[in-house]
Amino acid sequence: MRSIFLVALKKIIIFTIFFYQFSVFATEQQKDPLNSPSWNEMHKIILNAEPVIFDDRIEVSIPSFAEDPTNVPITIKVKDIKKIEEIIVFADLNPIQKVLSFKPFNIKPSLSFRIKVEQSTPVRAGVKTSDGIWHVGGRWLEAAGGGCTAPSLSSGVVNWHETLMDISSRVWVRDDNSSRFRFRIMHPMDTGLAPGIPEFFIEEITIFDASRLVIGEIITYQPISENPVFTVDTYPDTQTPVQLKGSDTNGNRFDTKL
Amino acid sequence: MIKRSLIIYFFLFISANAEEIFDYDLVAKQIAKDTYVFVGAKEDFSYKNGGNIVNTGFIVTEEGVVIIDTGPSYTYGSQMKQAIIEITNKPIIKILITHHHPDHFLGNQAFTGVPIFALPKTIQQLKREANGFLDNMYRLVGKAMKDTEVETTNIKPLSITQEKLGRHHLEYIYLSGHTPSDLVIFDKETGVLFTGDLTFHNRALTTPHAQPEEWLNSLDVIKKVDFKIIVPGHGEITENLEPVEQTRDYLVWLEKTISNAVEHGLEMNEVLALPIPDRFKEFSVLNREFTRSVTHRYPVYEKNIFDELPY
Repeated sequence: MRSIFLVALKKIIIFTIFFYQFSVFATEQQKDPLNSPSWNEMHKIILNAEPVIFDDRIEVSIPSFAEDPTNVPITIKVKDIKKIEEIIVFADLNPIQKVLSFKPFNIKPSLSFRIKVEQSTPVRAGVKTSDGIWHVGGRWLEAAGGGCTAPSLSSGVVNWHETLMDISSRVWVRDDNSSRFRFRIMHPMDTGLAPGIPEFFIEEITIFDASRLVIGEIITYQPISENPVFTVDTYPDTQTPVQLKGSDTNGNRFDTKL
Repeated sequence: MIKRSLIIYFFLFISANAEEIFDYDLVAKQIAKDTYVFVGAKEDFSYKNGGNIVNTGFIVTEEGVVIIDTGPSYTYGSQMKQAIIEITNKPIIKILITHHHPDHFLGNQAFTGVPIFALPKTIQQLKREANGFLDNMYRLVGKAMKDTEVETTNIKPLSITQEKLGRHHLEYIYLSGHTPSDLVIFDKETGVLFTGDLTFHNRALTTPHAQPEEWLNSLDVIKKVDFKIIVPGHGEITENLEPVEQTRDYLVWLEKTISNAVEHGLEMNEVLALPIPDRFKEFSVLNREFTRSVTHRYPVYEKNIFDELPY
């Protein structure tokens, strides 16, 4: 009698522990450290509901608040994560959430750029590794808004098209022979949310090295700021970028040797 | 039972009324003969301070009261007017606005019929930006802004550089740098110098419209004035040059830091992460203002590393 009772108790304990662990695992998968109301939706829409780990190795640097909601600087740095396939940047509560996708083929997994925001929102980077897992990091940005629905400055300028897709760039070589590459592409990057101005933005930027190999690829969306500036870093002793190719939503192309 | 509900009713009544009008608790601090300042908090705009982060002042001359800046809201202006009436029965004859930032002029509305003067460029800037400022203030300060509206048509351009009002010989010094035009007022009778926001004291600078070179030149001019008391736009009133020197020191550091960083290829967030020297650590609102300054000043220097923008 006593032993049956003990066995039953043991079973209950094992089951409890098993299900407890299972439920903890399940909630850990879901629990968003930023407590965003739209995390679950973002997980589905942007990360295809694939497995996610919230990971401190994804550094998302932003100012604590957006003084200029049309130009909020974002810096993504990924430390000690190998076999990166793609980095997706998104802002949960922006009217257009997806900001960009970056594939660092032979370039450091770090990228800086500026975005337009409409209100306070989490800004996140999801880093997909070859095992199919998304490593996600991010921070809350405080903002008063108006960045996405404001017309671009160039939409008020008559001759904006004369400089469309003009590229200007600079390279800095660091002590360890790595280099920093910054470039600006002239483009209104209209979101389509400002009254009377249709969407018109750069969709794709490909970075080539001197051997004509693609070292990085950036797919861009509406939230990227007007006349976008990007900053990337190369590994020590690799070739610096020498050519940029890309296109916008109207089929305009650029192919610029630097 | 009736007594208790009456007490509850009484408190409800008080709190309902308290919600109606924000109390700035303005105290006119006498800093010299005939000269008073309403000293604002060394803070950023908040619901709690109702936007009272600014030093406004007034001089009681034999001919009447001259006000220097009217504060952040209609309510502030009204309570300022009340505080002045409690000190003197002389009429308010003139208002001087030092520059076009919202915490310095949005109280104008409380002084209907009083001539308001500002530098011509300040009036231009007001016409362009005042409504945007107002929207922003409602967001930052909330209900203390109640009923505040922008009225710029009644502001007249200042065209004289000095005037005598009773014994008070006022000198108007036309400067710039914190904004496109900044008015400094020096009272030769008392030696009190109202610098507007050309000087800050123990508080980080606000720089959204700053022209650093012009600002530094203006500080040179201010330094040569033989003042006894200096009233900075924000921060403590003092008898020494500390507000001038601090403003210069911080401004030079800020510009050098940001321009060097841009020249060396640093991104904006990397500039924000740079260390701030210990001597500025005690400044209030430091982190927030530094972030704002980097946001405004970094793009200016970034233009130098890329090809010139056509617009």
